[in-house]
Amino acid sequence: MKARVYVMPKAGVLDPQGKAIGHALEGLGFTGLGEVRAGKVIELELAETDPAKAKAQAEEMARRLLANTVIESFRVEVA
Amino acid sequence: MKAVIVVFPGTNRERDMAIALERATGIKPVMLFHREGELPAGTDLVVLPGGFSYGDYLRCGAMAAQSPVMGAVKRFAERGGHVLGVCNGFQILCEAGLLPGALLRNASLRFLSMDCHMRVERAGTPFTAHWQQGAVFRAPMAHGDGNWFGDDETHARLVGEGLVAFRYCTPEGQVTPEANRNGARDNIAGILSPNLRVCGLMPHPEDLVDPLMGGEDGLPMFTSLVESLATA
Repeated sequence: MKARVYVMPKAGVLDPQGKAIGHALEGLGFTGLGEVRAGKVIELELAETDPAKAKAQAEEMARRLLANTVIESFRVEVA
Repeated sequence: MKAVIVVFPGTNRERDMAIALERATGIKPVMLFHREGELPAGTDLVVLPGGFSYGDYLRCGAMAAQSPVMGAVKRFAERGGHVLGVCNGFQILCEAGLLPGALLRNASLRFLSMDCHMRVERAGTPFTAHWQQGAVFRAPMAHGDGNWFGDDETHARLVGEGLVAFRYCTPEGQVTPEANRNGARDNIAGILSPNLRVCGLMPHPEDLVDPLMGGEDGLPMFTSLVESLATA
């Protein structure tokens, strides 16, 4: 199965990258732009065929390594 | 004092650290590669030096924190061993859970390579014994992700328990937003574990330990460690 782990800076944690992207977009003339937050997506190929188990495995990977839960939150999708 | 410097792929400040430790102790420190699962017998101090371990992939220090040697460093710290992490070493200590919080991208998004000043906020520890409380010293810094962050609870605990070791300040010792170049919460440059035996900081005291380097501002950290560990 494929799992996709979305890692985002937690609410309230400064995201200077997101801010810089927002400023650059405003520089390009885009208007009406609110807060911009930048995170990352990690795709995993898993041998597991049971969706629930695959999701649990990817979540464990996220907790142990892929996300730092001090500053980041994560969400897992399996397909 | 038997000091061990841990070397990861991408570590690049281990030689500076060795110079500082040898100058303070008169003994060459042991360089230990990241694949080692055990520390040498009789280790008194483990140092995680600066650099870009594992290319800073994923997050600074994230990969190094999972390496075999860090299991040994954690066990050493749990037994009351002394551990110092500088720059990438501080990031690794936070990622490994040996110190609280995390190091975010500098608020300016710029890599900062310059001297900074720090105020000693907690004297009398194995790392700060040779400074007076409130002493100000200079150290070079060179990092892109040195913006220490802890949530409200973590920050309040560190401040309340006196575990903030160093704050960024002006050369005159004023803790101001201007002196806080990387945007760290509450100007925090370095912190301590509750037993005061694990210390992490972003700037590099090891790079000012000899008049030939332009000063000896950083030397008290290493002479403090030598004295504390000799009597430990």
